[in-house]
Amino acid sequence: MDPLRQSPSPCSSRPSSPKTPPCEMLGYVGIEAVLDQLKIKAMKMGFEFNIMVVGQSGLGKSTMLNTLFKSKVWKCTLPGLAMPTPQTLQLKSVTHVIEEKGVKLKLTVTDTPGFGDQINNDKCWNPILGYINEQYERYLQEEILITRQRHIPDTRVHCCVYFVPPTGHCLRPLDIEFLQRLCRTVNVVPVIARADSLTLEEREAFRRRIQHNLRTHCIEVYPQKCFDEDINDRILNSKIRDRIPFAVVGADRQHLVNGRCVLGRKTKWGIIEVENMEHCEFPLLRDLLIRSHLQDLKDITHNVHYENYRVCRLNESHVLPHGPCWVNLAPTPPGPSVAPGPSKACRQAREDSDDNEDDY
Amino acid sequence: MLGPALRSSFPVAPPAAQFPSDCFPATMRVGRSFSPPAPPASAREAPPLVRCGSRACLWLRPRARLGAGPRGLWGQPHRGWATSLLWTSIPPSVKRGREQSFRAVPPDINKQYVGLVTLPDQVHQKSVKKGLDFTLMVAGESGLGKSTLVHSLFLTDLYKDRKLLSAEEHISQTTEILKHTVDIEEKGVKLKLTIVDTPGFGDAVNNSECWKPITDYVDQQFEQYFRDESGLNRKNIQDNRVHCCLYFISPFGHGLRPVDVGFMKALHEKVNIVPLIAKADCLVPSEIRKLKERIREEIDKFGIHVYQFPECDSDEDEDFKQQDRELKESAPFAVIGSNTVVEAKGQRVRGRLYPWGIVEVENQAHCDFVKLRNMLIRTHMHDLKDVTCDVHYENYRAHCIQQMTSKLTQDSRMESPIPILPLPTPDAETEKLIRMKDEELRRMQEMLQKMKQQMQDQ
Repeated sequence: MDPLRQSPSPCSSRPSSPKTPPCEMLGYVGIEAVLDQLKIKAMKMGFEFNIMVVGQSGLGKSTMLNTLFKSKVWKCTLPGLAMPTPQTLQLKSVTHVIEEKGVKLKLTVTDTPGFGDQINNDKCWNPILGYINEQYERYLQEEILITRQRHIPDTRVHCCVYFVPPTGHCLRPLDIEFLQRLCRTVNVVPVIARADSLTLEEREAFRRRIQHNLRTHCIEVYPQKCFDEDINDRILNSKIRDRIPFAVVGADRQHLVNGRCVLGRKTKWGIIEVENMEHCEFPLLRDLLIRSHLQDLKDITHNVHYENYRVCRLNESHVLPHGPCWVNLAPTPPGPSVAPGPSKACRQAREDSDDNEDDY
Repeated sequence: MLGPALRSSFPVAPPAAQFPSDCFPATMRVGRSFSPPAPPASAREAPPLVRCGSRACLWLRPRARLGAGPRGLWGQPHRGWATSLLWTSIPPSVKRGREQSFRAVPPDINKQYVGLVTLPDQVHQKSVKKGLDFTLMVAGESGLGKSTLVHSLFLTDLYKDRKLLSAEEHISQTTEILKHTVDIEEKGVKLKLTIVDTPGFGDAVNNSECWKPITDYVDQQFEQYFRDESGLNRKNIQDNRVHCCLYFISPFGHGLRPVDVGFMKALHEKVNIVPLIAKADCLVPSEIRKLKERIREEIDKFGIHVYQFPECDSDEDEDFKQQDRELKESAPFAVIGSNTVVEAKGQRVRGRLYPWGIVEVENQAHCDFVKLRNMLIRTHMHDLKDVTCDVHYENYRAHCIQQMTSKLTQDSRMESPIPILPLPTPDAETEKLIRMKDEELRRMQEMLQKMKQQMQDQ
């Protein structure tokens, strides 16, 4: 670097006192290069992202994932194909490494076939909560090892996309129960699935009703209001919060429209373009999840949800009677025993039916 | 000074591929690749790259070239687009108020890629918001130019009203630890710099263990961080761990002195030590070379682990590798500091004015100051922090936990202040089994012995 170049914005630090001879600041220190070092390191290490999709079968979850990441992330089940509905809710995870322009993303997708498909769907959220807490537990155990790894593999669920069926009315009791429990443990992004069955006015009305339902039941979906850091974030996030839940359509077939190749669904009355903002809000979902808030999702999972879990676990271990030699972390109680809230109010569900809400 | 060569620019896109509809590979290239549109003629002449010694700076282009680009769907500037073409790094606060030339953007560029390119930018934005922090320790005898060097490095004067001690006051002095914190902001990036000074080191008549206050301080910071990290509230942990220690070696000796060796051996497992030859303007180049060789030999001989520069990747270009090699060969750096500005060849430079010439601090032919500054700030600052966190701190933590667990097993009434994993309890049954097996082994050994004796007797 040319050593004699005058710095356009000289380093600001304490102003020199009049007694000492004035010293001009020639050149510049070069602090912003540190950010590039961070970037290079992030590129080398690669990124990780764990996403979970929850919803009844047939709502287009797998197609949506494929459309989001533009690859065959999950094998779609075609309608009409006789697939036996699983008797219990099973969680299936698949990991892929997606690379684009030198940026590697290790994507783990967790699907929940069988959710809400049974006749009696009571407590169908327990396996999901158990899975999420299990990932937190795994990370915690890695973190308190004596010799721990340089980079702890992160399997915690960063985002849970919840698919609301397009009934057009309001949230169903199953949806409300699930969202209430999950929004305290993980970042939840609700979407209106298969929105091509609703007209624009119906979509707006449905959205407003869902937002009203969420407010009435005190369900805080991502982006949560309480985590906005500064004014820019708040402005951006309130715009997002205004449009949640997004009305999305997923498609992985390409069609020709006006000479361009677009992803869409071809019907007799027209082609629904997935990436056209006038047709559906898929671009908003994609922007939120990948292009603008991916790091934020991970940060909130790490700094808030995981910390809440950790605090609860540490408190638990002190509550237990001391062993002869030490205080240790109690073995994980079975089932979703901890369900901390974003406001750090820590509840311990001793019994399954212990859902008496305290104030947040 | 050689400028670094242009790194081969953004990847040339292969011909557009069809959307893979039937593949299921483990590693997938995403979607269609696209070739960036040819920029309009006026924009085609690229502005000169910021030339500096660091490879990271190679990719920086002056801000004004950043096009307005497509806005994100929420109205926020869609940096993913800009970075994929220009690879600039701008904190959003700086962009306001700058003239932005508008670049024509094809409308369907958005649809052809997932947008993973924005990920490093998101990390970048978060770091800018959070700000950076760095703790640097300077150690060495008085009068070796430590404060002047810090001033030259960070262009900030921390010791304005310092009173130099007289000889009598020096006699009874012990090593003190003084901390100065300075917030430096440059182009929107904030750095909280903490300089830990060690006045009095090596100044007394009897210097045995004069490094003890320093090791205690470093350990204290580790312990503080350890407690914070294991505590319940981890929201705002202050990281005061010492990331790097610049140790000043006197140029007047013949290599390392016993106090130098003692200090470095006490601290090399706790902190990254970067040895420097101070006041290098009193040596001619051949003397500097000999001194460096001597110091390197002695460092090897005494088994001191100074900070090692990381190896560069095999896919880096030749010039970068050459620079890296030069860096490694110039260690320990011979530095000169100055906080005065003098006129040299009609230009104002930072330097020292002697009757026989002017020593320019930032002239690579005169001293290694530029190399030190580039290494410390522009290329290796993050690596220094990483090594402190991943190696020195982890060693301390492991050592601490082991001590704690051994103390706890001795004293059953003590409570662990931090969560630790339970030691495996040998339960009664396995103990019995082990005892039985031991006895069996003993019996068999006795039998073998008897048989051997019998054979010998026969």
